[in-house]
Amino acid sequence: MSQAVMFKFRLYVAADALNSAQALGNLTALCRRHLPDRHEIEIIDVFREPKRALADGIFMTPTLVKLAPVPSRTIVGTLSQTQLVMQALGLEALAP
Amino acid sequence: MSANHPSPGRRSSAKLPSKALTGIIGFDEITGGGLPRGRTTLLAGGPGSGKTLLALQFLVHGAQDCQEPGIFVAFEETAKRIVANADSFGWRLAALRRKKLFIMDAQPMPELVQAGDFDLSGMLAALDAKIKEMGARRIVFDALDIVLALLPEPAAIRREVYRLHEWLLARELTGIITVKADGNDAGAVIGQLFGFMQFMVDCAVILSHCVLLGVSHRNLRVLKYRGSSFDENESPFLIGNSGLEVAVARTPGRVDAKVSKERVSSGVKRLDTMLDGGYYRGASVLITGFSGTAKTTLSAAFAEAACRRGERTMFVSFDSDCTEVVRNLASVGIRLKPYVNSGCLRMISARSIAGSAETYLVRIKTLAQAHGARCLVIDPVSTWYKSGNDLSAQSVADRLIDWAKGEGLTLVCTSLSDEMSNRMESNSPLQVSMLADTWIHLNYLVQAGERNRGLSIVKSRGTAHSNQVRELILSDAGVTLSDTYTAGGEVLMGTLRWEKESAERAVHEAAEVVTKLKGVKLDAEEAELAARLKALQVELVAKQVEKALLASATQSRKGELSRGRTRMQELRGADAAKPGRKSS
Repeated sequence: MSQAVMFKFRLYVAADALNSAQALGNLTALCRRHLPDRHEIEIIDVFREPKRALADGIFMTPTLVKLAPVPSRTIVGTLSQTQLVMQALGLEALAP
Repeated sequence: MSANHPSPGRRSSAKLPSKALTGIIGFDEITGGGLPRGRTTLLAGGPGSGKTLLALQFLVHGAQDCQEPGIFVAFEETAKRIVANADSFGWRLAALRRKKLFIMDAQPMPELVQAGDFDLSGMLAALDAKIKEMGARRIVFDALDIVLALLPEPAAIRREVYRLHEWLLARELTGIITVKADGNDAGAVIGQLFGFMQFMVDCAVILSHCVLLGVSHRNLRVLKYRGSSFDENESPFLIGNSGLEVAVARTPGRVDAKVSKERVSSGVKRLDTMLDGGYYRGASVLITGFSGTAKTTLSAAFAEAACRRGERTMFVSFDSDCTEVVRNLASVGIRLKPYVNSGCLRMISARSIAGSAETYLVRIKTLAQAHGARCLVIDPVSTWYKSGNDLSAQSVADRLIDWAKGEGLTLVCTSLSDEMSNRMESNSPLQVSMLADTWIHLNYLVQAGERNRGLSIVKSRGTAHSNQVRELILSDAGVTLSDTYTAGGEVLMGTLRWEKESAERAVHEAAEVVTKLKGVKLDAEEAELAARLKALQVELVAKQVEKALLASATQSRKGELSRGRTRMQELRGADAAKPGRKSS
């Protein structure tokens, strides 16, 4: 049943900062492994769109927001602790 | 600097002073003009120590009075709550928020998950956009420790603090970073952070809040200020009706400022005479005495006299309610009500002010300034050292007098003497007497079953004053002073004085009667003598007349005789003629 659910992510990054790049790397790896073909990632560079960051209340980078499925979730950091990230995204069942 | 900045921003480096005024009473004096412009200030303190308030006041002052828009980054409280709190101080944030003040909600969401390292560049990018948009010159990061605590390791914390600091310096923003610190938790992350930030910033201010004997004391201390001198001592402050107010220890430049030779009436005529014309304008007068020695009455007489001259006056009562004071004084002929109604006199019931001696002083200062008072009565100041304030009360009293002198205010303080220590010399409560220009002591004299009030002038600088004790008499006609009698080494007052006066009057009257009697008697004697003199004179005249008559009678008889003899000779034809007749 969970096959049909689409995961929508939005990742706020600070240009090419190291931790932002790490977060993006970790996120794509996670998605490729656990959510193949059922994820969307929107990347927002706060340096290019600062007003958007302000409006969205994003003050730490990198920040990952899971928009769908509800409930939405916010995770800050490089997403290097996979276990924790999976838990936060409600993907414990898929974890190895 | 971006071209988007409005003119105040571009002017800054060239013309503006090197410090940014905070608009906080006292704080700008301590720091010699405010916080370092274009630099970062660290504001540390425990919970509820007033950090947020100080920082916000700094922004409000900048936006409202200095043409320096500001941004408040709120990590702890929501913008809504901050605005609500600020409204209670009368800062119109709603109007300011439209253009000159931006409050950024940056509270980490409670359900936020932290996984791995992150940094604050997102926030700084957003702030950059906002700063350009509104031309902000001031910025506050309130409770930075909250967001830093989310970082996984101390090294990351240091890195982000450096990032923030560099960012602030590059934009030449005058910034405040507040962090929670109690000073004694050095082992904790915040403690480390605090220590490290202290070195980094250009100015560090510590706020503390403690309770001594149930009385709250707030203190502020400037720990460091690069490139500037500052008052290094702890300065008490309080959170007043319009924000923070810091008590400045001394204002040396102003202490000697206004010395007047003008005299102002004490409200009691005889006392003015005793003082060679009254108190000096701008003097500090201390009235000491036990409970019920008419200290309040004497000080109120001064207030009434001041109001009669049309001088704005403030009467601070620690004892009772204003209406009670006014009513009680009316019974001794001191009518303050008309002046209260006209607004000339401001009555303050200080019992409604809760807190430390500092609180009282700052409140009194603020109220007096708001009222534009020229004369100030505080009844009694001794309350200050009765509420766990022994240490600070003295310095508060000093500052009160310094301040009053600086302002040219004529200050009358009463002070309750301790009933136990009976000798007046040993009672110099608060050592105000050292600083006061005029010290009047009121005392009871118990004698012959009576308590009578005595007034004496212990000292009065620059004034020839009477050294005699006078009796203070209260009646519905007001306050009067009366001479006392010294009899057999004792001062007589009350009934004894009255008896003595009566006795003297009786003696005097008796003497007068005797004199009168004597006068009458002498008058009578004089009259008698005069009468006798007159009778004798009449007698004399009579004698003289008699004598004259006698002489003339003798003469005529003589003539008659000779004429008769001649006639007889003629008749007889006597021949023996007289030689005289022969020749004829």
